Parts: sequence; C-alpha cells; structure tokens
Amino acid sequence: MKPVPHARAAGNFIKDEERTNWHDDTLWFVREKRDKAAHGIAEWELLREWASQIKNHTLSCLDEYLLNFEKQAIANGVKIHWAADAAAHNQIIYSIIKEQKISRIVKSKSMLTEECGLNEFLHQQGIDTVDTDLGERIVQFRDEPPSHIVLPAIHLKKQDVSETFHIHLGTQKGNNDPQYLTEAARGHLREKFIASELAITGVNFAVAETGGFVVCTNEGNADMGAHAARIHIACMGFEKIIPRTADLAVFLRLLARSATGQPITTYSSHFLKPRAGQELHIVIVDNGRSRQLGRADFRNSLKCIRCAACFNTCPVYRRSGGHSYHTAVAGPIGSILNPNLDMKANADLPFASTLCGSCSNVCPVKIDIHEQLWKWRQELAKEGYVAGSKKAGMKGMAFVLARPGLYRFSGRMARWFLRHLSFLFKSKKLNPWYRQREMPAAPKHSFRNWYLKNKKK
Amino acid sequence: MRIGLFVPCYIDQFYPQVAIATLELLEKLDCKVEFPLNQTCCGQPMANSGFASLAAGCDKNFIDNFRDIDYIVSPSGSCVLHIKEHLQDPKQEAAAAKIRSSVFELTEFLTDVLQVNTINASFPHKVGIHNSCHGQRGLHLSSMTERVLPSFSKPEQLLGMVKGISLHLPERKDECCGFGGTFCVFEEAVSVKMGKDRIEEHDRNQVDFITGTDVSCLMHLEGILKRQGSTVKTIHIAEILNSSEA
Amino acid sequence: MSTRDQILNAIRANKPAVTTAPLSPAGQLTIYDDPVAKFTATLESIGGKVEWINKLDTVKEIVHAEQAKGLMVADLLGGHLQESGAYFADKPADFLKDIQLSCLQAVIGVAENVAVWIPESAMGNRLIPFICQHLIIILQKDKIVSTMHQAYEQINTFEEGFGVFLAGPSKTADIEQSLVIGAHGARSLRVFLLDQEG
Repeated sequence: MKPVPHARAAGNFIKDEERTNWHDDTLWFVREKRDKAAHGIAEWELLREWASQIKNHTLSCLDEYLLNFEKQAIANGVKIHWAADAAAHNQIIYSIIKEQKISRIVKSKSMLTEECGLNEFLHQQGIDTVDTDLGERIVQFRDEPPSHIVLPAIHLKKQDVSETFHIHLGTQKGNNDPQYLTEAARGHLREKFIASELAITGVNFAVAETGGFVVCTNEGNADMGAHAARIHIACMGFEKIIPRTADLAVFLRLLARSATGQPITTYSSHFLKPRAGQELHIVIVDNGRSRQLGRADFRNSLKCIRCAACFNTCPVYRRSGGHSYHTAVAGPIGSILNPNLDMKANADLPFASTLCGSCSNVCPVKIDIHEQLWKWRQELAKEGYVAGSKKAGMKGMAFVLARPGLYRFSGRMARWFLRHLSFLFKSKKLNPWYRQREMPAAPKHSFRNWYLKNKKK
Repeated sequence: MRIGLFVPCYIDQFYPQVAIATLELLEKLDCKVEFPLNQTCCGQPMANSGFASLAAGCDKNFIDNFRDIDYIVSPSGSCVLHIKEHLQDPKQEAAAAKIRSSVFELTEFLTDVLQVNTINASFPHKVGIHNSCHGQRGLHLSSMTERVLPSFSKPEQLLGMVKGISLHLPERKDECCGFGGTFCVFEEAVSVKMGKDRIEEHDRNQVDFITGTDVSCLMHLEGILKRQGSTVKTIHIAEILNSSEA
Repeated sequence: MSTRDQILNAIRANKPAVTTAPLSPAGQLTIYDDPVAKFTATLESIGGKVEWINKLDTVKEIVHAEQAKGLMVADLLGGHLQESGAYFADKPADFLKDIQLSCLQAVIGVAENVAVWIPESAMGNRLIPFICQHLIIILQKDKIVSTMHQAYEQINTFEEGFGVFLAGPSKTADIEQSLVIGAHGARSLRVFLLDQEG
C-alpha cells in the first residue's frame, strides 16, 4: 500500500495551525536546549570532528571490527545472531521466544525493531510485547507509530495521554497531570518488568574491543527489563560498532547534549556478560545497510547515532510531524536512509526539505545530510521516481534557459501575461503559489532592457 | 580586474530594481562593471529538482558568458552557491573551475574583495534582517546559531554603515523562510507556514522592511505579506546599500 | 554461505577506502581547575544537592531509620557490601521490588555531567540501582574527574559483566515535555561526598 506522500500528510497536519505552532515551539525549545549544552563545551566543534572521524574510520574497517566484536562477545558468553533483513531479524527473535516458551516480553526503545516491524510481526504470531519507554507505551496503547526517534509521543498533548491512560489504565478521566499519569505508568510497567521473561533492548554503541555494548536511557526501563528477565536480546544495526571503549567518552559527551540538551542520560548501562543464569543474545542486522555502505554519496548516513538533533532543528519536520514521513525513522536523517530501503515508497522524502542546511550543522557526527538530500534527488530522478509531469516541466525549463533568445522571449511573455491576463494565474486550484501568496509584480522591462537603454554605450 | 554582473533569471525578469541597485552600488564604489548580455540562468531550479543532468545547456551558456571575467558578482546567495558547487562542463573543465572560484555574492564581494569600510547610504527605517540559508550556511556570509564558533555577519556589517538604519533580528535568527525552490509549490502548506512564522517574528519587532541577500526568500515573504494586506515591505540589501537621502 | 558470511562479504565489497583512526586532541579537552566544585554546581543545576560527610555514620542512620519502619534497604556500603551482596545476588525481581532504598558506593564521578560509575560488584544484584524507590550514592571526593575522557582513562568499564554510569534519579519528559522525576528507576538520588576514609 503506497503511503500518503509527505506533502499531502504535512498539509493535513498544518490544517490545525494552533497544534502545529505548539508542535513547532515544543521541538524548537529542545533545539534551544541543545544549543545551550553545546555552547557549554569549549571543545564542542572538536568533539564533532573527532566523532565524525572515528565513524569514518570504523566504516572503512567495519568487517574487522564486527569480527572482533563477535569474537569477544562469544568469549563473554553472549550468543550472536546475524540477520540479513527485517524478516530474518524478526524470525530470530520469534524462534527464541518459541524455543523458550516465552509469553511475557518487555521492550525498551529500539528504532531498529521499529524499522523491522517487530511488534506487528510478533502480534501476527499471537505474541504481544510491552513497550516500556513511556512515550512508546503511550503510542502503543493508541496503536500509532512513534513520531520521533527520541521523543516518541512528542505529537501528543497531555489531554491525549490522559484519555489513553483512562481507557487502558483506568486513570481518572480528565486528570492531565503529567506526574499523576507517569505514576500510573510506573506502577503498571513495574508489574510488567517484574514478571518479564524476555527483555528486548536496542544498542546505542557496540564496542569492538571488548564485545560489550551500551544502552542509554533516562527512565531506566531498559535496565528494569534486562536485569529482571531470564533472557535479554539486544538488537543492533551493524553500524552501531565503535572501535574502543575510550571512544565511548566522545559519543556519550555528544549524544544526550545533541538529543535533549542534557549532559548525559540518567543511565548509560554497559553490558558485557549475561548475569548468572541469564542468556544474553545480540542480533546484528544488515537490512540494507551494506547496500548503503556501497553508495559513495550516501554511506556517511551510516554514521548516525540516532540523536534526532536534525529532527528538532528541521523547520519542515517541526511543521509536519513525524507521521508525515510514513517511516520508522522520520526527519532529515530518515530522508537519506529510507530511499535506500525502498526508493519507490520513499521518493517523496528527499523533497520534503528546503535544503536549508541546519541539520548538517547540528549533526554530532557531521553527516552532510542536506548535501545527501540533494544527491538523492538526482538519484531518484535518474531512476524514474520523480513525477512525469515534473520531469516534463524541467525539460521544458532546461530547453528555454539554455537559449538566451528564447529565455528573453519567454520572460517577456510571462510578464505580459501577468500584467494583462493576471486572472490566469489567480486560480488557487491550478496555481499552488497563489493559494496563500500574491503573485510578484511584473515589470514592463527586464534588467537587460534597462541596461541596454541606460548603460550600453 | 574585470568585474561581471551575474543577474539571476528571476531578478532580471521580475525584480530588475535589485540588479540596477547592485550595478549602481558597485559603480559608486569605483568598480567598472560589465554585464554579459546573453546570460540566462544558473540552472539551480532544475538541479534542485533532481535534474542536474538537464543543466548542461545552462552551464555551457554561463561559461560562454563569464569565461573571461575575473570577479563574477551577483545579488543572490543561492545562485552563487549553486555555481560554486555545481557548475561543470566536461568539455571545458578549466573554464568551469575558474568560474567556480571567481563567483561572489554581493555582500561578500564588498567585505572580502573591496573591503568596504564606509557606504554613503541613508535608510532611516526599522529593518528586519532575514538570513538566507544558502548564503549563510553555504557561503558563510554570517555565522550560524547551530555552531559553536565566533559570531560575525557580512550583511549586518555592511548595513551597519547605513545612516539612520535601525536593524532588528527575529528571535529565531536563522530559521529558513520556506521558499526552497520548487518546494514553494510542491510543499505549499509547509512553505507558507514557514514564511508566515518568519513574518510574525519580524512583526513582533515592528519593522517597516525585511531585507536579505536573496530575492527568492524576499519574493516568497512579499507574496505572503501582500496577501495579509501588511504594510511591511521587502527590500534587497543592494537597494538599502544603494539608497541615499531622499 | 551463512548469513554471517554474506553480510561480512557485502561489507568487504562495499566499504570505503581505509581512513586511519583519529588521534585524541588531548591538549584541547576541558579540564576543570576544581572538579569537585564543578560536580557540585552541575548537580545543583539539575535540582540535586551534594551532601558532605567524613564518615558513613550519617548514611547508616538513614538506613536504620528506614529499616525501623519495616522497609527493605539494600545497604551495599562499606562492611555490608559482602553480606548484602551475597544476600541479594540471587534474589528475583519479585523480591527486590520491595527495596525502598539502595545505598551504593560509586568508584568515580564525572564533574561535567555528575555521572558516577557503579560496577556490578558494588551492586550486589544488577537490579539494585534501578528497582529501588530511592537511591543514595557515596563517592570519595578525590575520585571526581573533569570529563568522560578522564573517567574512561582511569577505570575499565568492561572489567566486570555489567556496570552503569548513573547521573541522577530516573526521569521522563514524554508527556508534553513536562519533566517528571521518578519514571521507572529511583524517584530520588542523594549524593554524599566522602571527605576522608569513612
């Protein structure tokens, strides 16, 4: 089923202007917090360059680092699985569940599991997982996808959460107090943690040197599940690898400051071995990443540490909401990752941008996001995923603009029509410009006309 | 030193006063300026839509017009950035390379090449500054709020030399106006919302004019302002720098 | 060919030309003149407060007071570490859920973000820093470093099977960006800086 293209979805989002303003202001505030945190570190730009180079180096030796990671992890008693794609990832997790006869599952935030559609897949097999990140639990109750990779419920107001909790948790109708609602979720999820048999988590950083990995949360939900359940499965895209433990300092200094403006998340949990009597599994996933690695123009997108700073700064994202991007990872980084997964379904995304460049400049690992957006547009046009009408228009434009005489004639005609038959342009239906903007005035003479008359001797 | 004026297509056709002001300003600063007569467009509209492959004709025409010019100056940050990053011609790469390194947006030409210290202009009005994205983040005409780097602004530096002017920055100093080329029609809702939000911030400063280095941004904001029936006018920085006592 | 080999082969075929690992820009990294002062200021800026002690008695009093109310306390401090560690090590979540207060000694603290490192051996059970309602951390004041770089230089975070950098009580802002302290982990954190061997 073809997703609703970004432009149309965004148009619908914006119809509620007050809510759009609120969404925009809320996320801009997060951007401002990020700025304050960044300006508090004299060596901020140095850290970005350092992190970028560590990631560049890692991608160039990725297979070696993965092999070392696997070797160390296995020696630590961890079971390693490799998944070629989303289906394989889901199947691996399902097999463990079936083998071990598991029914009580908790999951902390993992964009990879969103990307693979794990919850829906398990649901179809009659298995339900409980998302334990508060934002994710809220959207899970509402049967919606998260709209932001760090702040999953950012598109919801407290009234929305209150209604949802009233239905699912029996909280007081109309009580919108975030403290009250969080307390209700705390109690509800605490039961789930304690009873859990399997905890699924993501991986923020996987350290090749030791075979260990780090999971960052503010809520402590990843730990509550992982240390209670008898099985812990950690899911990672293979690009989460970093070479050495010492490198964690660079990334942990950048991650939370870029994401929310905090100096670090409340918990940065370092996992090396399963606890006594527990099984620890790591699923290493490709799902198009090796293909992206082979795209010289786009491989830098694999440096992403999923901080969402690009989302918060993007003036388009703030005014369209994450759901308009119809993918697990929205925002600017999503727009350069998703066409690799499905060019046809995601052809609209690189165009959901003015190429303002703000994203590239907040990215802690210096991904050239806005430049990749431009390059994806060339790729999509080449592959035939840009609308025929747009292509025809561009061909016409290119023809005219390459020919000085024809260009001048067309310009003169356009101005004549605008001056004498302006009604032709004043159709909100046929002329999108005119819906909310007046047309520019059409002067009688072009600059060239003026120049020839006044300047040319 | 041959200086050539590069007039973006839409300025040539719809905002000739900006090119006139640019030319007059440069002449006031003792520059002898040529205007290659057969220039058309830099090719950006096609390239940003994914059709850089169709821009060969534009590229060739641009090179033909400007090959012998030492300093190509233009009142447009986005067009200059496009030429700098994308102008090419496999049949005449040397000429293309020369042009890529010789093209300047107006304000950077004034501050970096001419090193202007005084401007004889008078514009006693409240003016809001819009930082156009491509000029700012692409050409580094001013520092950006995303980075932890020293603060500077070539456009503000020049505007500060104008008598009587009262300059105001919006609260979000460098948020995009929403024009974005064909984005302005293909993502019309977001485009206009972004423009309206910019205008609202300038309105809070109660400015009479909004200025910037790019007519594309100004044209988009002007369209919205006119639809709103606003008395706020848009004006290109060249026109302010070229203004005199009435 | 196994999936593993397929993936690794694809990576080998597609990876870019080798670039060297960057060197640490050592001389240019922040070092605070007074890391303890910075630690204190940072903790205050997030609503916390450093409490100074020169022996563990103050904390012992708090522990006893809670225990007197019939509440479960996980006291992993000083002489109690071995005992409590052994006691809690194999307890299930269903038992540990009643812990009202956990008292743990951190190995090192980081001034820039008030993160303190707690290795598994100081926890008794991995759940203990997370499942408690309230948390007390003791840290020797001469174990505070400026930034994460120094922390990773001085300790090996992968020496044991698990460890955590913990930087405050648990929290969330997932409901309309309103900050709520006490999400799933501890509702409060008190940090006691030990001025001398306690």
